[in-house]
Amino acid sequence: MLQLSGVSYRYAGYSNEVLHDIDLRLDDGEIVGLIGPNEAGKSTLCLVASGLAPASIGGSLRGSLTLDGVPATGLATHELAERVVVGFQNPNTQRSGIAATVFEEIALGPMNLGLPVDETVERTREAVARLRLGELIRRDPQRLSGGQAQLVGIASLLAMQPRHVILDEPTAQLDPAGTRLVGEALRSLAGSGTSLLIAEHKTDLLDGLCSRILAIDSGRIVLDGPTATVFDDPRLAALGVEPPARARLVRAFRDRAIEVSVVEDALAGAAS
Amino acid sequence: MTVSPPATTSAPAAGHPVLTTEGLVHVYPGGTRAVDGVDLTITTGERVAIVGQNGSGKTTLVRHFNGLLRPTEGRVLVDGADAAGQRVAHLATTVGLAFQDPDRQIFAGKVRSEVAFGPRNIGLRGAALEAAITRALAATGLEGEADTNPYDLGYSRRKLLALASILAMGTPVVILDEPTTGQDARGVARVQRIVADLAAAGRTVIAISHDMRFVAEGFERVVVMRDGRIVLDGSPAEAFAEAAWPTLASTFLEPPLAARIGARLGVGSTPTDESLLAALGGTLAAPADTDT
Repeated sequence: MLQLSGVSYRYAGYSNEVLHDIDLRLDDGEIVGLIGPNEAGKSTLCLVASGLAPASIGGSLRGSLTLDGVPATGLATHELAERVVVGFQNPNTQRSGIAATVFEEIALGPMNLGLPVDETVERTREAVARLRLGELIRRDPQRLSGGQAQLVGIASLLAMQPRHVILDEPTAQLDPAGTRLVGEALRSLAGSGTSLLIAEHKTDLLDGLCSRILAIDSGRIVLDGPTATVFDDPRLAALGVEPPARARLVRAFRDRAIEVSVVEDALAGAAS
Repeated sequence: MTVSPPATTSAPAAGHPVLTTEGLVHVYPGGTRAVDGVDLTITTGERVAIVGQNGSGKTTLVRHFNGLLRPTEGRVLVDGADAAGQRVAHLATTVGLAFQDPDRQIFAGKVRSEVAFGPRNIGLRGAALEAAITRALAATGLEGEADTNPYDLGYSRRKLLALASILAMGTPVVILDEPTTGQDARGVARVQRIVADLAAAGRTVIAISHDMRFVAEGFERVVVMRDGRIVLDGSPAEAFAEAAWPTLASTFLEPPLAARIGARLGVGSTPTDESLLAALGGTLAAPADTDT
């Protein structure tokens, strides 16, 4: 379990807090979606939930982050990395810059955890297979398309087999097929007990993946509930969040007095 | 060589081919055949979306239009003239390309100087330069950030800044590589408005996108790429019609949900929510859009 209690945070060199009084709990095996307009604090919350802020980037935090009952403040950087990993929005930020091939890039994570070579290779192979990156393993990580780089970044995280994963827009650069692959990989990761927090604009992805959705605005949690409830909440529009296509169309049918039941079958069939 | 300022007001009449590729092939060092025989003609004023899975050659294709890449085989005509004989600096007066990753484009210390760089390079000075910068910042909602360091902006606004830098050049052709990536609903609406405004001004807009709703609602032509080739080229109604689904699926694309529902209900090709609702006989009351 990963838990934030009463967390407020401000960046180093700034006087204002950008997160206010955040309570968030990720149970083992749970996938929680994080939505909100740009610059609402989603990326900051990802940094805080992964322990990078303030441990690695400074700043000041009130409240607490605990990982499986252990306060993050008591953990060294490598101990933190064994419990929680974070995937950044821009895969070019994520990339190590020191690996010559995609395979080595993905292997760096488990290698840095101090795992034996055999296990490092096995986990890397598994992550490569899961995201169907087989054709890319000998490529230079610097010479990938945006989407390929993002898949490699996610494979690097999977290979670490973390207990908790924080992802900041993991599919921003991905095509629909890549997005689906990532969705399947994350669902299966959760199935093995890992908890996940996913910040995403692609509500269609979250709709099929998350049990719960949090919406934040100006650094505060403003909606928190079961996925279907939050995505049907009329306040989403004011938050600048696009509801999933399914929710959007059902609402449009209702608003225009088109009998929803007439199209429900079609919706269900079309969505599958 | 003197370069004349971009012709923002004298866009050629619609129907004139502004970009043409003939048998275009591009092989990267190392042997990746990213574009594998593309024949494409884009005419002035068209809004063209290029779609296809990651690695299908979309970005490689459009980088030939402003000379960033040169063909391995075949040729590229920009405004009727072979791009091979033209320098990038000259092509840049016709074709502006906003990169997918803004951090590969942004280099200046202030938003204003970032936006000023392109138009100044193609010869804009004084009041014309100021006007171009002001318009571009307003279109992208960055008017309050002129003195901000680009890296103090979040990712989504750095994307808009990269877009502003291209808009400020006033090129007749504007290419946007994944413009909605990382944008929230308001950001997407802003990009949609920019595309519509460019088209209304007679300029040609080409966008690479994975966002099928954005494509279906904002573009009149959809070009589908697979393995470096064009496999489908038509209007959104054609590209997302049921008959085209197998081709879309072959490059792992899905039509928008509205198109899938329309097909199941047998009301024809309905690539957008609006076309679906219209086909179902709903009244087209003004949708409750966020900030239009």
